[in-house]
Amino acid sequence: MKAFLMHRDQDLNLQADLPPNAAALIQDLELNTLFEAMARGDKLLFDVAKKVVLFSLNDPKAIAYREGILSDCLEHAAVVREIYELVVQAIEGEKKIWWGKSPELILYRAVQALELFVGTLNRLRQLAEGHGGQFRSEGFVRFFAMLAQELDDEYLRVVQEHLSQLRFRDGILMSAKLGKGNRGVDYILRRPLNERRSWLKRIFGKDRSTYSFEIDGRDESGHRALSELRERGINLVANALAQSTDHILSFFMMLRTELGFYVGCLNLHEQLVLKGEPTCFPVPLASDSAALSARGLYDVCLTLRLETRVVGNDLAADNKVLLIITGANQGGKSTFLRSVGLSYVMMQCGMFVPAERFSASLCSAIFTHYKREEDATMKKGKLDEELSRMSEIADHIGPGCILLCNESFSSTNEREGSEIARQVISALLEAGIRVFLVTHLFELAQGFYRKRMDAALFLRAERQVDGRRTFRIVEGEPLPTSYGQDLYKEIFGRDGQPAAAVPLDTQL
Amino acid sequence: MPFHSIMFDLFEIDADVEDQDTPSFFHDLNLDQIFQSVTAGRDEYNLKPFFSMPLNDVDAITYRHEIMRDLEGEALRGRVESFARNMKAMRRHLAQADELRYEYQKASWFLDAVEIYCNAVSYLADELSHLDEKSRGFRTFREYLNTYVNSDGFRSLLAETKKLKEELSAIRYCVHIQDNRITVGKYEAELDCGAEVGKTFRKFQQGSVKDYRVAFDEPPDMNHVEAGVLDLVARLYPGIFLELRDYYDRHRDYPDATIRRFDREVQFYLAYLQFIENLKSSGLNFCYPHVTDRSKEVHAYETFDLALANKLVREHSKVVCNDFSLNSPERIFVVSGANQGGKTTFARTFGQLHYLARLGLPVPGREAQLFLCDRLFTHFEREEHIENLRGKLQDELVRMHDILQQATSNSIVIVNEGFGSTTLNDALFLGREVLPQIIKRDVLSVYVTFIDELSTLSRTTVSMVSTTVPENPTLRTYKIVRRPADGRAYAIAIAEKYALTYESLKRRIVR
Repeated sequence: MKAFLMHRDQDLNLQADLPPNAAALIQDLELNTLFEAMARGDKLLFDVAKKVVLFSLNDPKAIAYREGILSDCLEHAAVVREIYELVVQAIEGEKKIWWGKSPELILYRAVQALELFVGTLNRLRQLAEGHGGQFRSEGFVRFFAMLAQELDDEYLRVVQEHLSQLRFRDGILMSAKLGKGNRGVDYILRRPLNERRSWLKRIFGKDRSTYSFEIDGRDESGHRALSELRERGINLVANALAQSTDHILSFFMMLRTELGFYVGCLNLHEQLVLKGEPTCFPVPLASDSAALSARGLYDVCLTLRLETRVVGNDLAADNKVLLIITGANQGGKSTFLRSVGLSYVMMQCGMFVPAERFSASLCSAIFTHYKREEDATMKKGKLDEELSRMSEIADHIGPGCILLCNESFSSTNEREGSEIARQVISALLEAGIRVFLVTHLFELAQGFYRKRMDAALFLRAERQVDGRRTFRIVEGEPLPTSYGQDLYKEIFGRDGQPAAAVPLDTQL
Repeated sequence: MPFHSIMFDLFEIDADVEDQDTPSFFHDLNLDQIFQSVTAGRDEYNLKPFFSMPLNDVDAITYRHEIMRDLEGEALRGRVESFARNMKAMRRHLAQADELRYEYQKASWFLDAVEIYCNAVSYLADELSHLDEKSRGFRTFREYLNTYVNSDGFRSLLAETKKLKEELSAIRYCVHIQDNRITVGKYEAELDCGAEVGKTFRKFQQGSVKDYRVAFDEPPDMNHVEAGVLDLVARLYPGIFLELRDYYDRHRDYPDATIRRFDREVQFYLAYLQFIENLKSSGLNFCYPHVTDRSKEVHAYETFDLALANKLVREHSKVVCNDFSLNSPERIFVVSGANQGGKTTFARTFGQLHYLARLGLPVPGREAQLFLCDRLFTHFEREEHIENLRGKLQDELVRMHDILQQATSNSIVIVNEGFGSTTLNDALFLGREVLPQIIKRDVLSVYVTFIDELSTLSRTTVSMVSTTVPENPTLRTYKIVRRPADGRAYAIAIAEKYALTYESLKRRIVR
């Protein structure tokens, strides 16, 4: 039995190593904020969200499969949450059952666990019967059909029968053969073939085909030996039953994990709805186009940290492989770049995206190259550090990937930085990699601008004449200043004295 | 020629080998260490006595060489080793049968022992018939085995054993336990509960599963409840168990004495082969020496001290090989030179080679011709014994006197650092007295001394010198070469090191 709620034909694999770009993505896109919103303090949900988001899908059909399930979830949130809770309770309940080391104790524990699980399975089937019909996605339709089929009345009856049999009201019956030194070996617990009580008849009846003896009540070692013999008889069936409960438990765990992703999406969605932030299902396009357009695109991590709504941006970058964003300091460039990156990773794991409308061609992987704090270990100079990270990226990046750069190569002077960046970017573009770049390097931006490339788009953080920022990103050619003097004035006041308490929370 | 022993071609030495004492030179030549290592892990065969029984004629030595060469072939050796493992298992089973209390258990272990024995013998007979052994020993043993396995006695033992084993292992029974009552009956294809349970729940399985089976202690003996059950099983199948008792009574002395003897004696070869294998893989050579009682011309190339090599190889250190040869009329190596330079090792090597040759074993070296000596004498410096009332020098002289009295012209005498406990003058004097005695006896000898002039006493002495690295005379090469003794090189090196040579000292003093 498989849940198959994350992939049409395979389990969700949380064991695989994270892709090489994962750590940088988490840091640069502030992904932990997203994961925390999805997890609401649940460690497992956090882990699931993290893995699913970072193992992005590249196949539009696979994405559509999850989107279908997610929209069922959004529509029937209560039922989905109930199933999830049911499974969590079963898993948590099993942990509390006391366990021991002998076959008898192993069996006892397994019987208790199984009784608990049978309750859960019954309830699951009821939910499937009661609500299954309302679900429309391929994934859920299959899932509920499977529950109804696999957990039918006959099956549940057989399970009950096993449970009652293993209470051994009629003593235990086992087969054996003679092993080394004529000691009994291969003890197997047996059940009479047809007639339920045939063995009892043989034992207690006039039948002469059996022989008996009794252990004296005072014979302590005899009783120990007898109980060991019992344990030997039970050993295999205890193993089988304990493994069976493990099987069911592993099914529940898988179900919990896969549903966990959708519960995380529900958690996030609830928060966004509460704030009045829009979401939509994106339109993923084939990866060979260079499509990217959006309306009301906003930084989901920023809004999760603020009381108020954040500014959304529109973007029309279809057929653009190079995006260069310049302009005012603290004008929303970083936020904008992050909103693009976040929407991309959310789209590619089957989630809704933070926008009113978002359509983009799928990428193979997203890489980020952001300006970093000084290397704390002092092993490398700043430019060394930047270059070594870029070199690591180059080890893994390939055609169809996207690179997000935020103030790369600003650790050296503008001329050198521009030249390095120019060479890097040109090479990447030629390799079929899209580059979205926030930069203060005027020479760099200006250089590309002069090339008049069709596939390049130049954006600017909007600044009003009085120096105030709107946090909107608009199309516009690079300008030679980033308005650093505005910022200086804002912080130090017009007279050059520090101003009182300037809210900086927009600078994440 | 009928087969009787894989170690001795004739009855001649068929005395009880257990009675042999360790010869006195074992310790001096470190042969005791060698044989300790060779026989390690094979205590049950009591092989040591075999190593104290040198052979006295060339043909007996050849008999062993042939067998050893056969056993160097992997096919034969593998078969014999596997036979030995089986015989070992058989003995373990018999010992277990002896220890047990319940009759049906004893009989079962005994039955297994016989089964192992029958299989081992049949296997070996069959395998040997497919191999092409060249040695007289293995060819006659093969015939012996063939006759044995085709004998009526063996055939019926085999058949009876098989039948009984099959009958016992076919027995299936059921045990029912309720409260303190145990009931035993025949098994009638009742359902397997564990399998049914597994089948019911397998569909939930997602990945690999944990094994919850508890491993029980499985001692060979039974508790009285198990024994009680077994008694009831015996009542369910009375015929089979009656047969088993009867079998146990009738076949107590089943193993063949000659085969048991082979099983022990062949270990002599296997032990040595295994021992030298390790050294061979470190690049050391072993060869079958040409052993003769007709010529005292001996030589060996790239040879080494086996005891030392065994130690060095284990420590992953380098082993230095040496050559030696004596051409008539040469009889005696007089070894001098740097202390700790390998002189004693050389002396031991010479002695070891000649003793190993008399055991019919391959010896260290690429090629060797060795003399079949009648006796081997060693005279090494001894610790002073308090209970020995004679002084050390006196003790040494007494021992030397004894040796010279017993040695014949076919003996080998090895003298190490003779008379080191006396003054240089006394030593010189004694050396000049003793060595001529040895020369007079016409024995083969190695005479290790720090008195280099002894090397020129006679036409029959050859001077061998331990050498040092020319560029750094304080470094020894452990090479012993044929060269006139100069008696200086090493001393000067030491002196220079401490700036005590003539020139150095003069400069220092002049200052």
